[in-house]
Amino acid sequence: MISLAGRDILHAWGKFIFTGIGLGLLIGVTLTMAGVYRGMVDDGKVLLDNSNADLWVVQKDTLGPYAESSSIPDDLWRSILTLPGVAETANATYLTMQVGKGDKDVRAMVVGITPGAPGTPGWPPQLIAGRQITRGHYEAVVDITTDFQLGDVLKIRRNHYTVVGLTRRMVSSSGDPIVFIPIKDAQEAQFLKDNDAILMQRRRTEANSTFNRPGVPGLLDAVIASHTSNRFVNTVLVRIHPEFAPDEVAELIRRWKRLTVYDRAQMEEILVGKLIATSAKQIGMFLVILAIVCGAIVAFIIYTLTMDKIREIAVLKLIGTSNRTIVSMILQQSLVLGVIGFVVGKITATFAAPMFPKYVLLVLVDSIAGFFSILAICVLSSIVAIRMALKIDPAEAIGG
Amino acid sequence: MADKGILIKSLSKRYGGGETAVLALKDVNMRVSPGEVVGLIGPSGSGKSTLLKCLGAVIDPTTGSMVLGEEVIFDNEWKVRDLRALRRDKIGFVFQAPYLIPFLDVTDNVALLPMLAGVSNSEARKRALTLLTALDVQHRAKAMPAQLSGGEQQRVAIARGLVNHPPVILADEPTAPLDSVRAMTVIRILNDMAKRFDTAVIVVTHDEKIIPTFKRIYHIRDGVTYEEAGEGRPLH
Ligand SMILES: Nc1ncnc2c1ncn2[C@@H]1O[C@H](COP(=O)(O)OP(=O)(O)OP(=O)(O)O)[C@@H](O)[C@H]1O
Ligand SMILES: [Mg+2]
Repeated sequence: MISLAGRDILHAWGKFIFTGIGLGLLIGVTLTMAGVYRGMVDDGKVLLDNSNADLWVVQKDTLGPYAESSSIPDDLWRSILTLPGVAETANATYLTMQVGKGDKDVRAMVVGITPGAPGTPGWPPQLIAGRQITRGHYEAVVDITTDFQLGDVLKIRRNHYTVVGLTRRMVSSSGDPIVFIPIKDAQEAQFLKDNDAILMQRRRTEANSTFNRPGVPGLLDAVIASHTSNRFVNTVLVRIHPEFAPDEVAELIRRWKRLTVYDRAQMEEILVGKLIATSAKQIGMFLVILAIVCGAIVAFIIYTLTMDKIREIAVLKLIGTSNRTIVSMILQQSLVLGVIGFVVGKITATFAAPMFPKYVLLVLVDSIAGFFSILAICVLSSIVAIRMALKIDPAEAIGG
Repeated sequence: MADKGILIKSLSKRYGGGETAVLALKDVNMRVSPGEVVGLIGPSGSGKSTLLKCLGAVIDPTTGSMVLGEEVIFDNEWKVRDLRALRRDKIGFVFQAPYLIPFLDVTDNVALLPMLAGVSNSEARKRALTLLTALDVQHRAKAMPAQLSGGEQQRVAIARGLVNHPPVILADEPTAPLDSVRAMTVIRILNDMAKRFDTAVIVVTHDEKIIPTFKRIYHIRDGVTYEEAGEGRPLH
């Protein structure tokens, strides 16, 4: 037996190719949308991976430091370090803001890292150019997607920083590139008040007779100093000894320090399950719409192709072709359309993904799921055409 | 008689029921022997197409009987289970328009029928080529239907009607779109093939040019058939 579907496709190949390409572009968009979601999840994961921490200690009852703001005293790390099982602790601050260079600026997440050696929690794990931050002030390591170069001078709030190192794939959970600076500078950037505010505060404090007592000369200065110093960070990153279980150590910190502690899995749940949940739903909605549009296109094309063949189908039935053969002819054509569409879509997505401003991660599982969804959509979309074909009366071939 | 060929006795067909019922066939009696070509003529609305559809097993007759070869295929009800296979193996169709499958080449248009019956592709194509040669269109065997002239298409359609060597061929106005020379050619081919493959051929026609060629003619009026001797003019 010859393949009726195959012959028809060869005969009307132009129609199939062009429809397939159209469908393919749509499938490309769909795969890319899925890739955008995967990219967001991956952004969250690399952020966690790169921070080289087992536990995140944050302000009590907050989802900090990435999903909510959290501030904890910057000397807490010392006492956490004394707890059993804790190998290393490091303060860190995170603040997403505009980072300027000349008259341009880039949206970036400014990460404050404690002085130390490479491998300290919070530090960029590896550089692709330059060196790590070695001085306590005014140096920066930036992700290459900021487009900053080694030696560039950046402006963050009132201070200027020289780019000494470049790194890659260091992004925030919303895909903004990371700029690493020393933690003292970062604390200032986050908590520092401007000069006018400091002056106002000083005047108000001076006017308060409780603080400004003639008999206690040092008190006023001490109070003012405590106002203007920046003794807070967003989180303490904790690395634990391998022989200890993260949740045991986390429980210790919770109990003794009355702080909220997240382990890696919980942090991932916050980033993936909460922070990007709305975006994920948005993308899911798009995927549903795109699937419906793909289905509508396939249904329409297969329906018209079948409509065009009513007479031939009547003749085929009259000369003894079984319904099964006719149904499989329509199904095969629809599946071929789906396969052409998928191949075109996969190629489009692969070439388009790197051009997107945010990370688009095409994973094999999505491609496979996409492939089978498309086949399923094609089968469903041919139902209308199949029903029509089954209703065609072989008597029509004989006519009136 | 009742040896081979087709025998139809008191066939009737009613469309619909109740007040709107139409008795399209009232009393149809026909006998066509193997190798014979008979004409079926009648005015519009007399029941020609209805009769062809009954014979072609695409609609159900109401009462009567039909015998094909030695097999009773209808006796107030269908006696064969698989009408599709009946159409495929026992009945050849030739239409007014050739109705070739546009996406198959000439050979496969003809070979499709034996393929549907389970014959291997190569064997089916061999059979098709034999018939195409007999009908003198073998040089167009690889062409697509759209590339053929009307007469060539009609010959391919006849080849398709004959390829499974059915005992009966039903031809519905097979010469309508053709000029008189080509019309005569088609009738000659049908006669030749009828003799060669022992096929009973029924030709429904209005065509004045070909009516004198039949030896026997069935007239149908208001669903009733009347047999009549034709001129049986020799074919040249
Ligand atoms: N499906 C149907 N339902 C009801 N009545 C029908 C149907 N088909 C045909 N008829 C009626 O049956 C009668 C015979 O019709 P038929 O089509 O067999 O005529 P015909 O001889 O082929 O005519 P023509 O030469 O015009 O094609 C007509 O009165 C017609 O209206
Ligand atoms: Mg008619």
